[in-house]
Amino acid sequence: MIKVDEKGFYGKFGGAYIPEMLYPNIEELKENYEQLMASEEFQKEFRSLLKDYVGRPTPLYFATRLSEKYGAKIYLKREDLCHTGAHKVNNTVGQIILAKKLGKKRIIAETGAGQHGVATATVCALMGMECTVFMGALDIQRQRPNVERMKILGAKVVPATSGSQTLKDATNEAMRQWINNPVDTHYIIGSVVGPHPYPEMVARFQSVISEEIKWQLKEKEKTENPDIVIACVGGGSNAAGAFYHYYNIPQVRLVAAEAAGLGVSSGKSAATTALGTPGILHGSKTLLMQTEDGQVVEPHSISAGLDYPGIGPVHAHLFDTGRAEFVAVEDEDAMKAGIELSRLEGIIPAIETAHALHSLQMIEYKKEDIIVINLSGRGDKDLDTYIKWGGY
Amino acid sequence: MNRIDQLFEKKKKRVLSIYFTAGFPNLEDTIPVMKAIENAGADIIEVGIPYSDPIADGPTIQDSNMIALNHGMSLKKLFGQLQDMRQTISLPVVLMGYLNPIIQYGMMAFCKKCKEIGIDGLILPDLPMQQYLDEYKGIFEQYGLRNIFLISPQTSEKRVIEIDQNTDGFIYMVSSHSITGAKTTISDEQISYFKRIEALQLKNPRLIGFGISDAETFNIASKYSNGAIIGSAFIKIIKESKDLETDIKAYIRSVIQ
Repeated sequence: MIKVDEKGFYGKFGGAYIPEMLYPNIEELKENYEQLMASEEFQKEFRSLLKDYVGRPTPLYFATRLSEKYGAKIYLKREDLCHTGAHKVNNTVGQIILAKKLGKKRIIAETGAGQHGVATATVCALMGMECTVFMGALDIQRQRPNVERMKILGAKVVPATSGSQTLKDATNEAMRQWINNPVDTHYIIGSVVGPHPYPEMVARFQSVISEEIKWQLKEKEKTENPDIVIACVGGGSNAAGAFYHYYNIPQVRLVAAEAAGLGVSSGKSAATTALGTPGILHGSKTLLMQTEDGQVVEPHSISAGLDYPGIGPVHAHLFDTGRAEFVAVEDEDAMKAGIELSRLEGIIPAIETAHALHSLQMIEYKKEDIIVINLSGRGDKDLDTYIKWGGY
Repeated sequence: MNRIDQLFEKKKKRVLSIYFTAGFPNLEDTIPVMKAIENAGADIIEVGIPYSDPIADGPTIQDSNMIALNHGMSLKKLFGQLQDMRQTISLPVVLMGYLNPIIQYGMMAFCKKCKEIGIDGLILPDLPMQQYLDEYKGIFEQYGLRNIFLISPQTSEKRVIEIDQNTDGFIYMVSSHSITGAKTTISDEQISYFKRIEALQLKNPRLIGFGISDAETFNIASKYSNGAIIGSAFIKIIKESKDLETDIKAYIRSVIQ
């Protein structure tokens, strides 16, 4: 049974390893989020924004030519069609309503590829709340268009200049900012990481993805359950959303595609389950890429959204129990898969998502299998990377 | 008897604890810096275990952590440096560090080693109290280590009392909603927080940290508690120093006067 316990653990992973300065914030959230989320008022506002603002339900699209090429029935869950271009907004819509109900005035967030930053800046504009987004200085360079989008939306973008200057460091900076402003500020974490209750809360906001897959597939295939669900995993929010309602249906295979970077053993990788060991990062116990001395290792991936040395605790648990299969996809293969989908289906995917697409070449399946790939985001933000790579 | 307990038995006011990062400014400076702190007249030495992601620390201490790690500092290396420290250091010594490097070393092995070399207490900011009680309290006690918890202005009275009951050594009062090194003056709001905690009459001594940098801030903190902890301001002094012994003595003397 995949389920979070009351202390915030999924099996051996999770918890809330936070400095005492954040204890009141985390308690406040823990005590209120479930009740708030369950309230009719909250659900009404959340559902209404998902429908009219985000554009849900997103289509479950039968990819004819991709299916022909790979010899299976392949569906794409079109999260790329969400407002702002990725699944990230499902979570930020939920958390901004929560922040408002908790009486918070300011929002902070971290971002890697910039998708979560844009989704946060977007909902802050919608609700008229002050927004500060922390982003690694290196990511600011490689995701310029998203930086400008956040600024247009009225957010302040603060570069994180410590460490590897990527997502991990942006998360450190956001946590420090939260410690400095604990009273009036809500921290919108963008993935299923961080101290409890964040991983479960974010997963629940994202679980609308698998909730829709179930009834959409029922309409198309007369079954709620595909044979395989595939999603990419950095921290793992889109995967958690796509897997959520299938966690405890064992006949549905769950496949998580991590970023192998230049290769799992190249020293330039972000394949956490292949390279990681149990450790503590950003407030939870999880699998972590680290040295023998417990220092966090700088990851590498061509995709800024997967460039993270850890993984959400629920995914560490899915890996640990063998409930999900994990594959590690190299930069080059992901880029090719992105071009392939563009040519076969007329959809340019985010490079993060392209990792999930390549895993079709790494797993076994039968011709009659129904496979749902979570198409977590679109590739507009990655044009620079596609252009630099140039293999098209 | 534990050196922290001994200290507070003798000295109730104006206790000064100095924090610095192990292996900073240079890899082999750990012991010389500790000796200089002792010779200058401070009361407690707090040695930071460098970590790649110190989320409760501001830029000055982050920077010192990074420099120490780049020098090749590690927990094993640190224990090597501290192996014979009790031949020269008589002050209480507290290790401050984040949980991950310690659990990789192994909590049991870590505590055992601490006892062997004469460490008196631990400050692990990301070890939550519940986890400590459930998993580690027995080990800390077995090896005679005082566990020092943090409280902040946000900490509820109920929680402060709970922490007091489960702490020994002293309580580390974070002076404001703050990461280390972020503020340099003490506001009326902070003073009312100091008074509020003073009025609770806790069983443990209290040291105020975060934002203490000179005689003035040390005096104010000492007025409302048993003393203070200086970190970032001390790191800045030793970072610039060409003569550690002289500069450390001059700085600490200027604070305690």
